[in-house]
Parts: sequence; C-alpha cells; structure tokens
Amino acid sequence: MTADPRAPQAARNLDLDRLLAHHKLMWRIRAFEEAALRANTDKLVLGAIHPSIGQEGVAVGVCSNLRTDDILASTHRGHGHTLAKGADPTAMMRELLGREGGTSNGKGGSMHIADFSVGMLGANGVVAANIHITAGAAHAIKLRGEDRVACSIFGDGAINRGPFLEGLNWAKVFELPALFVCEDNGYASTTRTADMTAGKGPAARAEAIGLPAMEVDGNDVVALDEAVRDAVAAIRAGGGPRFINAKTYRLTGHTAADPDGYRARDDVAAAWKRCPITRLAQTLADAGVRGDQLASHERDAIEEMDAVYDDAKAAPWPPLSRAFADVQDVGDPRNGAY
Amino acid sequence: MVTMTYGEAAKNALHEEMQRDPTVWALGEDLRRGGVFGQYKGLPEIYGPDRISDAPISEAAIMGVAVGAALSGTRPVVEMRFADFALCAVDELVNQAAKARYMFGGQAKVPIVVREPMGMWRSSAAQHSQSLESWYTHIPGLVVVCPSSPVDNYGLLKSAIRCDDPVVYMEHKNLWALEGEVDNNDPLPLGRCRFLRKGTDITLVSWSATVHETMAAAKTLNDAGASVEVIDLRTLWPWDKERVFDSVKKTGRLIVAHESVQAGGFGAEIAATVSDVCFRELKAPVKRLGAPRVPIAYAPPLEDTVRVTAAMIAETARKLMKM
Ligand SMILES: Cc1ncc(C[n+]2csc(CCOP(=O)(O)OP(=O)(O)O)c2C)c(N)n1
Ligand SMILES: [Mg+2]
Repeated sequence: MTADPRAPQAARNLDLDRLLAHHKLMWRIRAFEEAALRANTDKLVLGAIHPSIGQEGVAVGVCSNLRTDDILASTHRGHGHTLAKGADPTAMMRELLGREGGTSNGKGGSMHIADFSVGMLGANGVVAANIHITAGAAHAIKLRGEDRVACSIFGDGAINRGPFLEGLNWAKVFELPALFVCEDNGYASTTRTADMTAGKGPAARAEAIGLPAMEVDGNDVVALDEAVRDAVAAIRAGGGPRFINAKTYRLTGHTAADPDGYRARDDVAAAWKRCPITRLAQTLADAGVRGDQLASHERDAIEEMDAVYDDAKAAPWPPLSRAFADVQDVGDPRNGAY
Repeated sequence: MVTMTYGEAAKNALHEEMQRDPTVWALGEDLRRGGVFGQYKGLPEIYGPDRISDAPISEAAIMGVAVGAALSGTRPVVEMRFADFALCAVDELVNQAAKARYMFGGQAKVPIVVREPMGMWRSSAAQHSQSLESWYTHIPGLVVVCPSSPVDNYGLLKSAIRCDDPVVYMEHKNLWALEGEVDNNDPLPLGRCRFLRKGTDITLVSWSATVHETMAAAKTLNDAGASVEVIDLRTLWPWDKERVFDSVKKTGRLIVAHESVQAGGFGAEIAATVSDVCFRELKAPVKRLGAPRVPIAYAPPLEDTVRVTAAMIAETARKLMKM
C-alpha cells in the first residue's frame, strides 16, 4: 500500500484550513529548532540536542491525527513531536536550558523532554526504548477499554534493536491500539542505515510480523496526513496495530555539534529542495493561498520562538533540593536513605 | 493464624491485591499455566487472560510494556521467571522504570513489581542460580526486597504492589515449598528488618534463604552459651540502618551473611556503613560471608562448595567471640 507518487498534489481534495495549520505548525517547529541551535551556540544548552530540521513533516503529519489524550512516546530527536503533540514551547525551551519551569523542571533536558498533560510520555535517550513503552501504554488502554491510541515515532536506526521485534510482536499478539512510525531519514548518527540493515527495510519487517505497513513520503505532509488519518481511524476502531515508514531527511547534523562530514554537500543541498515546509508552501500557493499569508507563518513562528528563548534565558536555575526530589517514595533520599 | 507455603503466601497476597485494586495485573511467560513454580496457580481462572496475562519470551518487552502500562494508570506485576532472565531487560528496568519519574520531573511514577526468583536450586547451574540483588541496590529509584518466609512473602508482596516505586521483588527458588504461619492480613512495611532472635553477644544479618542458615547457626551458638541477635533485613533498599546500628552498638559484633558473591555484595555496603557509624562500639572487625567469585556449578558437590552454610557462620561467630 504505497501512496501513488504520481498523483499531482493539486488534484487531491485539499482541506486548506487544515493544511494552513500544518504549515504554521511546521514553521513553529522549525523556529523552535533554530532557536535551540542558537541557544546551543550561545552555550546555554549544555547537553546534546538533536534538531529535527527537515523532518517537521513527520511530526505534524503524525501528531495532527492524534487527540490530546492519545499517547506519544518519542526519541532523542523529539522536540518537533513534542511541540506537535501540544506541549508548551516556553516550558520546552526552559527544559533545554535546564531551568525552573521546564517540562521536567530542568531534570531531563532535550533528550527527556516530556509532557504527560498532553499525552507525551517522553523523548528517550535510549534508541528504540520508546517502542516498548508505547506497546505498554497501548496495552493499558486496551485493558481499560478506552478508545485512545498510543503512537511511537522512532528512527530507522531503531529497527536494528530488539524492541522493534519484541514490541511490534507484542502489539500484534495482543492486537493493541498502537501506531508505529519509523522516521526514516536514512542515517543513524554518522552511518548510512542501509549499510547496517539487512533485508528490505522497516515496512517489510513490520509486515513480516503481521502489521499492515505502508511507505509514505514523510516530506509530503499532505500524503502523510492522509495515511496517518486512515491508520489511526482503523486502529481506533479496534483494527490492531499498524506501521508507517515515513521517508524523510535530516537537514542538519545528527546533533548540534555534528559537522556532518559523512554526507556529500550536494546531497544535502538537493534535500533542501525537498524540505517539507517548502513543499507544502508550494502546494498551498498552487491552491491559491497568498504568499504574504504563508510568509506571516514564518514571521510569527520566529517571533514566538525568539520570545520563548528570551524567557528561558531569564528563567532561574532549579533549586538544588530538586536534585533529591522524585527519586522514590520508599527510600526517599531526603529521608536519610542514602 | 494459617499455615501456608512461601509460594502460596505470595499467591494469596497477589489474589487479595488484585481483588482490592482492579488496576493490578500480572504478565509473564506461562502465567496462564500457573507460572513455572506454580506461584500463580488458580489465579488465571479467577481473573482471566487480561489480568493474568501470558507473554511471549520477550523479557525486554515484558518489562518495557510494564513501564508503559504503569505510566498509563495500571499497576503491573512483572514475572521474570528466573532473576537471570531479567538481565535481558536491564535497559527497561534500569534506564526506564527507575529513571522515568526523575527524568520527567515527577510527572509520573512507575508502580511496577518485578518478581525475580533468585538463588541456587536443584543443580540449575550458572544461568539459573544467580543472586544479583546487590546490583539493584545500586540503582537510584529502585526498591529491593528479598523475603525469607511465608509471612514476609505475603505481607511484603502486598506492600510492593501498593508501592508507587518500581520494586525488584526477589523470591528464593529454594523456599517455594517452605511452610510457615501467616498471622495477619496486613501488608508489612518495606524498609523494615525483622528481629528473628534477640541477643547481646553478636549480631547476625542476612536475607533470603541464607536467613535459615543464619538461624541454624544461631541455635548452635546459643546451645554453646552465646546470646545471638539475628536480623532478617527483608528489604535491601532502603535497608533498615538504624535498627542494625542499634543492634551492633549493643552487641559490638557483626556478621553479614548472604548467598550472592561476596565481592561487591550488599554485605560490603552494610559492613562499611556499620564500621563507620559503630566504630567505637565494635569489639571485633565486621565480617562478611558470601560466595566466592565463581559462577555456580551444576554438580551438587560443586554447587555446595560455594554455599554459605550454618557451620561457616557459626565458626566465624565463634572466632569473633573467641569461643
Ligand atoms: C541503545 C542506544 N545505542 C546507541 C545510542 C547512541 N545514539 C543516539 S542517536 C543514534 C542514532 C539513531 O539513529 P535513528 O534511530 O535512525 O534516529 P535519528 O538520529 O536518525 O533520528 C545513536 C546511535 C543510543 N542513544 N541508544
Ligand atoms: Mg535515522
């Protein structure tokens, strides 16, 4: 089941309001990442950050089809997913800077960004770990007889870890309401994923485990939106887990510190032309949306995230006592268990 | 007052907690057949496949699913079958279960109980016999429990299920058939030791199956005229420091005995802490008795040669007391 790449976008039945919202959200993610990179240059982000510039289409295409009470578990490259799931960028940026008022009160940073109030069960510093957590959330949803869906987004590198097999098998055996999305950017850190992956790729592996699987161009947010909408509807209706492989490309280095010396400059330059934001803007322009409206999305997003960054810079460090909080109830280190 | 086995005690505790709280469920391989040691027998018929759930041989998924399900409003009881197999799920336990609450700034807790049957049992050899409790005491976020008797297995499992922290709950495989009286229906507090014997000449601390060796040693010593205090630690983290300190301050002598490898074992933590805090009251060096640092062998005589026995404990105590 592959979306027909030959179908011209203009011929599709476009919901312009929805796509405008997607365009706006993609710009907000882009602007958040740009602000985060600036914070990194300013040496205010102390740990590693993994920007999702170029991959905004996946975050938006997937999360726009999830309800607030649906569950999302993400990866190290989770800013875009978190924002698209509805988290507050002010709290997110404070978290990146390790400040009071961060999503995890400064205890997690970029790699553990989480907002349980919008069903975002955390980015994860361990590749593929979110697959099991998603299966578990879906299992709980099923036990409780709810109509929610649990979704995980992981990278193409994650399919070579055990949780890909164990978690997908689990979800299928128990027919859980789970959507697994592989954000296939072709690389795992500095390594071409294809060089280290046997067989026919993520979707074929998922299919072998019995999950209906499809390949979608993750930079075509119109196509991905549709694919995810249908998958989520089928899952919510009790149809069991599904798998989507969303092809995309990371336009920056693996981390903010990665000089990206392992990819030909020409390849990266060509990929910029396939940037999901540019592509959606073109689709919208073709459909008659005015250029200044599209430009205002970019401008507003940059303005918003500049303010978010300024707020985070001014925010205080967490109180030192926070280091000892939320370890455990029984054996709480603050009560002398040390 | 009811007599039951260590295994039945755990089953009764789980049964009552599942009755009391509909969010409690158990997952693991072969649970629908009652579990490999029969510790779930009868429960599948009562609770159905959703709440006593079979699982694929995917220890990492069992543990990871439990974490996700615990973050989503349920209280999973994870069955790892043998403590040795839990090593297939270390990321899920150590990096996920133990860390989620902290690294997400307290947004959620991970109320899971991880049952890891431990210890030497009928020539099970190197991959089915280990006692790895000390590893888990090293991980902030985890509670570690090692019950030695039916009454404790009943009361502590209840508390572990009600606890909002991830609890590594290690039952000893050699104790399943041990009978004992269970004299109440209440949970027992985690982090509290049990005094099995009061005395004034020496303190013997142990946990899990080694408690029974320690009690046998205490009886021998008592018959020889020594007044022995025996403490079953029951919970390794948090351990009941104050009561151990009080005991050692009174007796001036301490032996910690455990089945696990002595090097880097939890006995070392107790010995170091007691030597520090009770230095002035100590009349003799603190002694540890644990296994030599070798894997566990198959042949019974070889298996036996690494055991900490009552005779060894008594002998060490006699030396400390110059008896
Ligand atoms: C278990 C584990 N091994 C290695 C790493 C180090 N690491 C962090 S990200 C990454 C690459 C992951 O690639 P992929 O899953 O494709 O995600 P992407 O970075 O491309 O978004 C690696 C190897 C890790 N975090 N966890
Ligand atoms: Mg990748």
